[in-house]
Parts: sequence; C-alpha cells; structure tokens
Amino acid sequence: MNRATAILPAGAASALRWFRWPSLLGLLGFWYLIALLLDDPVLVPSPLATLAAFHHHLVAGDLLFSLAVTLARVAVAFTLAMILGSIFGILLGRSQIMDDLFGGWLVIALNMPALVTMVLCYVWFGLNESAAVLAVTINKAPVVAAITREGARAIDSSLLEMTKVFAVPRLRVLRRIILPQIAPSFMASARAGLALTWKIVLVVELLGRPSGVGFEIRTFFNYFDIASILAYSLAFIAIVMTIESWILQPVERHVERWRHP
Amino acid sequence: MSGLQLQGITREFARPAAHAVLRSIDLTVAPGELLGLVGPSGSGKTTLLRIIAGLDQTFGGTLLWPDGHRPKTAMVFQEPRLVPWLSILDNLLLVAGEEHLAEAKTVLAEVELGGSEHAFPAQLSGGMQRRASLARALLAKPALLLLDEPFISLDAACAGRMRKLVTTYWQKHGITILLVTHDLREAIELSTRIVALSPAEGRLMTDRPILLPYPRQNTDPAIEQILESLRPLTQDWPQPATTDQTPAAPSYFSRARSRFLALSRSMA
Repeated sequence: MNRATAILPAGAASALRWFRWPSLLGLLGFWYLIALLLDDPVLVPSPLATLAAFHHHLVAGDLLFSLAVTLARVAVAFTLAMILGSIFGILLGRSQIMDDLFGGWLVIALNMPALVTMVLCYVWFGLNESAAVLAVTINKAPVVAAITREGARAIDSSLLEMTKVFAVPRLRVLRRIILPQIAPSFMASARAGLALTWKIVLVVELLGRPSGVGFEIRTFFNYFDIASILAYSLAFIAIVMTIESWILQPVERHVERWRHP
Repeated sequence: MSGLQLQGITREFARPAAHAVLRSIDLTVAPGELLGLVGPSGSGKTTLLRIIAGLDQTFGGTLLWPDGHRPKTAMVFQEPRLVPWLSILDNLLLVAGEEHLAEAKTVLAEVELGGSEHAFPAQLSGGMQRRASLARALLAKPALLLLDEPFISLDAACAGRMRKLVTTYWQKHGITILLVTHDLREAIELSTRIVALSPAEGRLMTDRPILLPYPRQNTDPAIEQILESLRPLTQDWPQPATTDQTPAAPSYFSRARSRFLALSRSMA
C-alpha cells in the first residue's frame, strides 16, 4: 500500500509541493474559525473584514503610496547593506589579518539590538530619511558580512592554484572563479536579508517617519484598527513573497544551475 | 643555451612529524627535453613539480631559469581541477582567452572530447575530465609543460593514444616537458631521460638517458630491456603499480544500459 511512496527517489519529495496551497487555505480557515468563535470583530477581525479594510485603503486610502514609500526605503537600505556587507565579508573571509583585527567588531555589530541603532541614528542624525535608511543598513550589513565571510572562506584554493600556474588574468579569475563561488552565500544573505530589512524598516518608520507602512500601522494602533493593520501587513507580505519567488528564486536557480545539470 | 637548473632544492614538512620530503636535489633540465621523473608514492615527485610550477614557495635551494624568469607554463594536475560551473569549452577558454575558440575545439577533438564541449565537468567520467585537463594544458601553448600522472584513470588503449598525442605535440613544438609518473614503463616510453627519486630519503637515485628513436611502441623489446635493467630500482618501491589500476568511472549510458538489462531479465 505504501509502495508508491517507498520507491520514490529522494528528489521526488517536491512532487508533494501542490499541498502548499491547500495548506495555506487551511491556515485561512483556521483564522476564520478563531474569528467566528471569539466573535469580537474589533479584536480579531475575520478574513472578510480584513479584505474589506484592504479594499477601503486601496480605493480611498494611502495603501499604494505607503507601500511604495516603504518599498523604496527597503530597496535603498537593502542595496547598501548588500554592497557594504559583501565587501566586508569577502575581506574578512580572505584575509586572516583582517579577520583577526575586525572579527570582534562583527560580533558586536551582530549583537547590537536593532532598536538601539535606530534610536541612536535618529538622535545623532535627526529624524530624517538618511538616518532611517542608515539605521536599517547598519542592522542588516553585519548579517550579510557574516554569511559572505563563510562563502569567501570556502573558496577552492586548488582552482586558484590552477589559474596561477596558467597565469590567467586577475579580472578573469575574479569573474569566473571567485564570484561564482561567493554567489551562493550572496544569494542566501539576500534572501535572509530581504525579510529582515523590511521588518526593520517598519519599526524605523513607526519610530520616526511621517509616511510608510510602519507609520500607518502606528496610526491604526492609536485607533485600535486591527483590520487595517492586518490588511496592510498581508499586502506587504504578498509583495515581498512576490519579489522572493519571481526575482530572487529564479536568479538563485540560474546561479546554481551547474549543480543540477 | 642552459636549461632550468635546480640547485640544492630541499623541502621539509612540519606535519605529522617534521620530515624532509626533498633533500638537496640538484638537477638540470635541458631545453626541449622530455624528462621523466619517477618514484613511488610519497617520494616527493609532486612536491618537486609544485616547486617548479611556483605553487610551493617555502623550499630551500635555488631555481635558476634560462632567461631569468619562469617561461610560459602549463600543468596537468593529479586531479583534473576543472572549474565545475564552466562547460568544458569554457574551462579551456578560461586559460586561453575567448579569442581561441576555434583552437579550443580542435584540441578537444584531439583528446576525443569533440561531443562534450558544452557538458559540465560533473557530467563526464573521470577519464574524460582528465583528458579535458590535458587539452587545457596543450591549448595554453606552454614552453614548459608539467604533467603529474596525466594518464591514470584512462583505459589502456586511450592512455596509449594520449601518450602519442603528448609526444607528437612535444616534437612539433620543441617544448620542455616534465612528466611525473609512478609507472616506469610509461616513463621509458615517453622520456628522453629518466630521473628517479628514492622511496624515503628524498634524493635523486638514477639519472639515465633513454636513447630510443621516436615514435616508440610500448611493446618494443628495447623498452622491455631498459625496464628489466631498471628493475633493481623499483624493488624497494612500496607498491608495484600499473597504468590502469584505477578503472574509469562507468558513464551514464553504460550504467543506464546495465540497469535496463537487469530490468529486462527480471521481467522474463
């Protein structure tokens, strides 16, 4: 009876992927059930009430504007953090001296509470856009650096020896040998970082920006408007999931295609 | 014209216990020579080759190059060392440059990989990867070619053809070749001169010219004679080894075929 599953090769587990959507529907049903049982539309609005709130903010409110503003902040901070984090990560991973000197700094940066960097940035640089983006960048860059450092450490030295004997030009070695080996950890830190960045951006907005999803959520919090909070966060989750599965995952598959020819 | 001179080359390793792999090696390699460097496993052949290749800088003694600097060098490593994420063709172009596309295809055809240009290394058998690595070295048009056990994991017939390819290339371009091998017969068949490293002490033992005309057949009785006369040399080698001790990995198709045959038998 279990024969069909028993003889499936290991890779065929992904054949069960179509369960993903029914399972998400189950979660929706669970939410509906809780809302029905509690019967308190203010505290736990039903999915339908949330959808209504979503429609209201889409048509009459600032939903699209807020999403756009927040996404712009995410994009800038994400890009800066990826660039800075990768540079530091590669330096630490490839140079023992740099790692000995600055490895401790990285540990401090990794353990610095996000809230502290935000407050300090706002206090030192004022309640402005640059301070907000800087705070997010400082929070995210160490994570990128830590993951990239591991990737840079794992670079295959036997291939570098080969290019040395053949005197392959440095630029070609960088493009063909070094970057492809850093790419997987770069992609891993991009994916881990995207989720982290947008969560931090919301808090930064809540603390000191007059626009964006975080700002809106603070307003709804003041009015105890749970349906709108859920509508905003679900809209934002949907956007980030779309970026993840339409941009990041295809890029990652392209970069990794030699592993599964 | 003087060749490459090795003067008192010494190399010590600290681990597992402090020991010398090479002790004061003196050797001159004449230009255009095909020098066979033989010795059992662990005698320091590869270490010496790495020193000459410039990959090992922590040795004692001096390397004197004919023109004061290392000539254009190519190497076939003991492992193929192909870049896994580049196709075979791109692996060759990596060292030669994109502009040598036509030549790269020619060399690949010469090592019998004409149909595998766009395959990734992992899709090829061990022997095919080794031939790709040989093709890469030939395409680089070196003045000095370093070969570290280039013909292991090839089947006997294929190894024979590749040996012929290397000697033809060597004769045509007049380059210097250093061939490291544990197979004395192979060294005799290819080399103009044979140098042997002792099993444990890391010293040079034999230095002997092989004065047979090319092309040579490895069934030639003269080779048999030289092999016999050098037999005392190999007596204290830890393991007598043969060329095709490592069978080539079965290709995807041969595996699929045997699986299919097993399946059809079970149906009957």
